Amino acid sequence: MTATGTDQEIILRMVNVDKRFHGVHALKGVSIELRRGEVHAICGENGAGKSTLMKILMGVYAADSGDMQLNGHPVRFQSPRQALDAGIAIIEQELTPIPDMTVAENIFLGREPMTAGGLFVNYRSLNRMAQDVLARIKVRIEPTRKMKTLSVAEVQLVEIAKALSYDSDVLIMDEPTSAIGERETDVLFDIIRTLKTQGKGIFYISHRLKEIFRVADVVTILRDGEYIATKPTSGLDQDALVNLMISRKLEGQYVKENTPTDVPFLTVRNLRRRGKHEAVSLVLHRGEILGIYGLVGAGRSEFLESLFGVARPDGGEVLLEGKPVAHRTPYDSIRNGVAFVTEDRKNSGLALILSVKDNTTLTSIRKYHRGPFVNRRREMRDVLRAIDFFGIKTPSERQLVRNLSGGNQQKVVLGRWLLAQPSILLMDEPTRGIDVGAKREIYKFMSDFANEGNGVIMVSSELPEVIGMSDRILVFKDGRLNGEVSRAEASEELLMQIAT
Amino acid sequence: MPEEASAPGKPGKFWTIVWELRIAIALIIICFALSLATPYFMRERNLINVLRQVSVNGLLSIGMTFVILTGGIDLSVGSMLAFGGVVTASFVSNAFKDIPSINPFLAIFLGLAAGTLLGAINGVVISKVKVTPFIMTLGMLSIARGMTYIYSNGMPITDLDKTFLQVGQGYASFLPIPVAIFLVAFLIAWVVLYRTKFGRYVYAVGGNARSARISGINVGFIVFMVYVISGFLCALAGTLLTARTSAGLPQAGMSYELDAIAAVVIGGTSMTGGKGSLIGTLLGVLLIGFINNGLDLLSVSSYYQQVCKGMIIVGAVMLDYFQSDSDR
Repeated sequence: MTATGTDQEIILRMVNVDKRFHGVHALKGVSIELRRGEVHAICGENGAGKSTLMKILMGVYAADSGDMQLNGHPVRFQSPRQALDAGIAIIEQELTPIPDMTVAENIFLGREPMTAGGLFVNYRSLNRMAQDVLARIKVRIEPTRKMKTLSVAEVQLVEIAKALSYDSDVLIMDEPTSAIGERETDVLFDIIRTLKTQGKGIFYISHRLKEIFRVADVVTILRDGEYIATKPTSGLDQDALVNLMISRKLEGQYVKENTPTDVPFLTVRNLRRRGKHEAVSLVLHRGEILGIYGLVGAGRSEFLESLFGVARPDGGEVLLEGKPVAHRTPYDSIRNGVAFVTEDRKNSGLALILSVKDNTTLTSIRKYHRGPFVNRRREMRDVLRAIDFFGIKTPSERQLVRNLSGGNQQKVVLGRWLLAQPSILLMDEPTRGIDVGAKREIYKFMSDFANEGNGVIMVSSELPEVIGMSDRILVFKDGRLNGEVSRAEASEELLMQIAT
Repeated sequence: MPEEASAPGKPGKFWTIVWELRIAIALIIICFALSLATPYFMRERNLINVLRQVSVNGLLSIGMTFVILTGGIDLSVGSMLAFGGVVTASFVSNAFKDIPSINPFLAIFLGLAAGTLLGAINGVVISKVKVTPFIMTLGMLSIARGMTYIYSNGMPITDLDKTFLQVGQGYASFLPIPVAIFLVAFLIAWVVLYRTKFGRYVYAVGGNARSARISGINVGFIVFMVYVISGFLCALAGTLLTARTSAGLPQAGMSYELDAIAAVVIGGTSMTGGKGSLIGTLLGVLLIGFINNGLDLLSVSSYYQQVCKGMIIVGAVMLDYFQSDSDR
């Protein structure tokens, strides 16, 4: 089945859709068409307008101007409910199961079949209907299981089943594979192929470009809210696609210009925390980027937390340039010149309801004191310096951080630590969920930072990133250090082998 | 995926400004309406009187703003007020037990210390033992009230030092001393909140405590301190009230926590912390004060006043809700 879709009937058409938020022109007259039996990928960096476009389609936002036609009829949805009723369903990136309800109850929430009197839920028929939907996508999960007993991947599959149960003509998949593994991804792609043969149209949003070439027929590229192009995937390759997504030409994804020395900088001896990770020893040299790879749950983030003093380790010692230091709290670490870019910027990195300025100077503000007061001129100078240094895109330093895109949020975190003038940078998944352009800038920062005689420890789950950026790679498995690989011998296969 | 700015639909600059100034505008409208309804309202004597009345709730609300900005709550303010007031009274009274009347300033110092101590107990238990603020201060509401009754034998403490009474009844130039003290406290609080790193940390802790901790902030200390500040300001309010009423009343300050929370909430501070302002609280305090006063002047029964105040609180929060709802 290789329908390119060009001769198929158009289900959905969005014309000249325009949308502005406060100071941001989020969509600048974007047009897009979806045909029957077509998987239509939408690509663009964070902040390009993908999600906004889909939210307008689903009736979450109202467009400022522009038209929408579904099967030739003009439509405008006021709410996701209306969009669903009209045959447009979305599988969202963030999963929202009700943990204490069963699979079947979740799928048909609000649409439960009732017994003859209309008083009680007809569970027999409910479970049978759920069974049918799950069978349609060849997923074997008992409909009577509680959602909380499912794995993340299984929850994702149930969400997909739920979206299908509406018998929608149009399906929107927003990063459907972000929570699932290789095997489930294969299952999902099988499902997508089945849906194509049933004549459904699918919008597919993903940061993983490889997937787009595997599953999509055509791809529409957005950049800074502007429509750039719509092309069949068969006529594109990954580099060409990336070049359309970003305005500047990309020369290699990774920036790696630092040269490690063999001067020991940070030494960790037998640092351990019960139930989280066993005794870990390592040496970080000046000028070095030390990668830590491992599967999720291998204890990497927990190790960084022990090292930084977020959690109290049970034993072991940390030496800075040969001298023992006690990192009992993050404050101690910061005073010793260590910075920690956490894995989850929304949960532990930023205060989303505070401004760019307040987030940026949170750590360094103690340096701006003149007597008991904050020297606001110096503070502002540093804030602007950080915004400028990282090219943070924000209307003003008083903008709330929650209104920034993921990449810019991450740059605010980096800006905060830069102002603290650290010499050792701990980074946990430093580029998760941010776009190609911002990634590259962060890589460049890491490389330059290390080259100034500092040190970086980077935890990452992305193999290409670990291999591309690290001078040495430590591999964690089940809470312990399972091996060390030099830059020269590093390969994806080898790292996976040690990690599993 | 919240990648794009989730700012509210742009309502135009004019309406944005109106929204920002909504409490001030509401205040002006109410004052205007009241001055039409009753000529007495705008008289200097009445306005000064309102200020004198609101200075007590004002002091409580300043402390409450600090607490709520960290994401906490202090239900014990009324009881701490009573305790501080009664302790001060006991040291300036010529008729209380065997405690001799001492220098009024020393007495005030002891009263303030008593309230601060209660606040510190709140702070320690909340920041170290991690009892939720609601439960701890609910407990303290009862504990401090009980201690006040025990200390005073449940009787008002009267026959107070004449110099001391000046604190509640005298004037600093044209301003009543309680009003002057409230204004000074407000200014100091404003400087602390907006010109020191402590103030910034208060916002940071309420905005995201975990992020604040990783940024090297001693979150426990900040949380401890806001309850200390609240306890101190309660005792100060209690002392002013004692001097104004010429008696240390053990039942003083009953349900004052409601007015303080109301002022903070009406002033636009978020109950989840990290968002809000002292100016907003000041306007909230004035709004409640003027409404109470206006309804008094119009001889509306106090029962209706309660209904009215409750509706204003809910209304103010509903407005905030609609505003943030359009974010999505």
